[in-house]
Amino acid sequence: MLEVKNLKASIVGKEILSGLNLSVAAGEVHAIMGPNGSGKSTLAQVIAGQTDYEVTDGSVEFLGKDLLELETEERAREGIFLGFQYPVEIPGVNNAYLLKAAVNAKRKHHGLSEIDAFEFLKLAREKMAMLGMDQSFLNRGVNEGFSGGEKKRNEILQMAMLEPLLAILDETDSGLDIDALKAVANGVNSLRDPERAIVLVTHYQRLLDYIEPDYVHVLSGGRIVRSGDKSLALELEERGYEWVREAANA
Amino acid sequence: MSTDPNDLESLVNRRYEHGFVTDIESETLPPGLNEDVIRAISARKKEPEFMLDWRLKAYRHWLTLQEPEWAHVHYPQIDYQDISYFSAPKSDDDRPKSLDEVDPKLLETYEKLGIPLHERARLAGVAVDAVFDSVSVATTFKDKLHDAGVIFCPFSEAVIKHPDLVKKYLGSVVPHRDNFFAALNSAVFTDGSFVYIPKGVRCPMELSTYFRINAANTGQFERTLIVAEEGSHVSYLEGCTAPMRDENQLHAAVVELVAMKDAEIKYSTVQNWYPGDENGKGGIYNFVTKRGDCRGDNSRISWTQVETGSAITWKYPSCILRGENSVGEFYSVAVTNNMQQADTGTKMIHIGKNSSSTIVSKGISAGRAQQSYRGLVKVMPQADGARNHTQCDSLLIGKNCGAHTFPYMEVKNPSAKVEHEATTSRISENQLFYCRQRGISEEDAVNMIVNGFCKEVFKELPMEFAVEAQALLNVSLEGAVG
Ligand SMILES: Nc1ncnc2c1ncn2[C@@H]1O[C@H](COP(=O)(O)OP(=O)(O)O)[C@@H](O)[C@H]1O
Ligand SMILES: [Mg+2]
Repeated sequence: MLEVKNLKASIVGKEILSGLNLSVAAGEVHAIMGPNGSGKSTLAQVIAGQTDYEVTDGSVEFLGKDLLELETEERAREGIFLGFQYPVEIPGVNNAYLLKAAVNAKRKHHGLSEIDAFEFLKLAREKMAMLGMDQSFLNRGVNEGFSGGEKKRNEILQMAMLEPLLAILDETDSGLDIDALKAVANGVNSLRDPERAIVLVTHYQRLLDYIEPDYVHVLSGGRIVRSGDKSLALELEERGYEWVREAANA
Repeated sequence: MSTDPNDLESLVNRRYEHGFVTDIESETLPPGLNEDVIRAISARKKEPEFMLDWRLKAYRHWLTLQEPEWAHVHYPQIDYQDISYFSAPKSDDDRPKSLDEVDPKLLETYEKLGIPLHERARLAGVAVDAVFDSVSVATTFKDKLHDAGVIFCPFSEAVIKHPDLVKKYLGSVVPHRDNFFAALNSAVFTDGSFVYIPKGVRCPMELSTYFRINAANTGQFERTLIVAEEGSHVSYLEGCTAPMRDENQLHAAVVELVAMKDAEIKYSTVQNWYPGDENGKGGIYNFVTKRGDCRGDNSRISWTQVETGSAITWKYPSCILRGENSVGEFYSVAVTNNMQQADTGTKMIHIGKNSSSTIVSKGISAGRAQQSYRGLVKVMPQADGARNHTQCDSLLIGKNCGAHTFPYMEVKNPSAKVEHEATTSRISENQLFYCRQRGISEEDAVNMIVNGFCKEVFKELPMEFAVEAQALLNVSLEGAVG
């Protein structure tokens, strides 16, 4: 589904990703771990199409298409979802309004009719119940005044409504208390599907207790330096990132 | 489309949709201003003597005044002798009695403006008094209004048919001495609307006027007077668009509102005059004096405006809250883009006991536009228990535009409560990226954010116009990002 080959990307002239390879197939859950500043968010943002980053080499294919040729919104409509590490506040814009616009933009792209208000509300309420979110969030400004945990739940709500083919969740677990973490994990697990791939960016193994990954990768120095199954996450927790860094340099 | 931050500056490439000129031959006075020109205007309009005297008095006063320079706007010197003060479509002498008799070219113009007079009037139940250049051409729904006892007619008609009402109220809110532009308007105004709602009458429909500037190099000086007698109620909408032009066009309207005891006037404006090209060339200069007088107890006047047009706007719709418990409201959305300059705001003068006012001003700037909010809240010594709440928000799109806020407060009564809140925010790249990552195009994202920012004001507009105003805003900011 997703093929990242020899990806090099820089920001303000500074190289962050230096030849990254990653292959994700439908139905899989991948976890990407790594120390702060190793380029995890950069990878997520480049896949989503954030143009502050300059791709200097390599390729990214999604379902056989050259992703780097597509605009951000086109990538999204094709089925790529990014759960932001820091979801931005958009005061004055109704949360439900944004959500509905997003759902309809995608439906339109796929030649479907717009979802009607009744259908939309029904669906949104279902998903919110699953995530333990109060209905009142629908009528608030997008992320406006939300706590850290509320913002993350809101990201998962959007994901659940948009039903992406590839969901990249950038540290969706950080800053969550245990209840929120469980709710988020619940939301993610409910989307697990043979047609869908999920990439979890995290630096704690804690999340992986609730969402079991098929693969774990360690990112360091702008490259994936080690890949394995979920036992790698446990090993990492035990031995720390120094261990992979040394391994990478060796 | 890219979200490179540098691209934020490459704002707005939209061409003004309504920029065309209809070539109906105009019967236009040669440029220049003197007493003979004023006599000629008055004669052509077959005005009674009192009107001519009033004009001349205003003109003589205007000669003693200096053009104001204090506003936060810049424009080349206006040569008042280079403006033609009267123009009428040829068919003026033979006024059409119904739409069928209206020059088809003119109807076509309305069509292009998206104002299918026929349909619009019939479907929406709106009476339209359309002003083409300086003379009203078509007036509809007269009968229904007549039955209710409402007078809604071109100002020039009111001068002839209802001279007593005109004499009594004209200049009673905005005297000819009020300011430079008001004095000029008083001397040379050609037409506008006159509305009179008798005691206890709730006007059965929204009253609406579409203004349009057409003949080249012709100043446009409308005069509007709305009088709501005791316990009456009226909602009035003014909207306008203008054709593309190379010379700057001066517009100096005066609007006077009078609300007697328990009366309510809601005055809504959707303004879309040609703002000039990307370099500010050719736009309308809009210097307007709008004032409402809450003369009676418990009276209420609301100004709601959505302004996207004009090269320069200088405008402060105001309320004089004379009556006890009278209420003044000002809800405004002003958009300035490219080289547009706007210095707008409101004045709330509290005289009556327990009078209250609300000001909600939403300013949106993009391109290299400059926008200033200038608001005065004045509480006179006798206005016990007066209250004001002002909310003044600015939204910036891009890095080269500016927003300035000048709140003035003069409170001379210690029991008054005056509150002022102001915010400035900028549409950020992060917000746009976030929306785009959800599949929403950049343009839709900007519209969404802008409409969210303005919704407090939009909800004050009459329903059928709120949608229109929102669409207008979207069009005005098209291409404002990326
Ligand atoms: N806008 C920026 N300007 C300069 N450096 C940046 C910018 N954004 C990220 N970086 C740098 O890129 C590196 C990788 O950041 P990031 O991808 O956010 O790491 P991670 O998500 O793994 O913690 C860090 O060194 C960070 O400082
Ligand atoms: Mg990160």
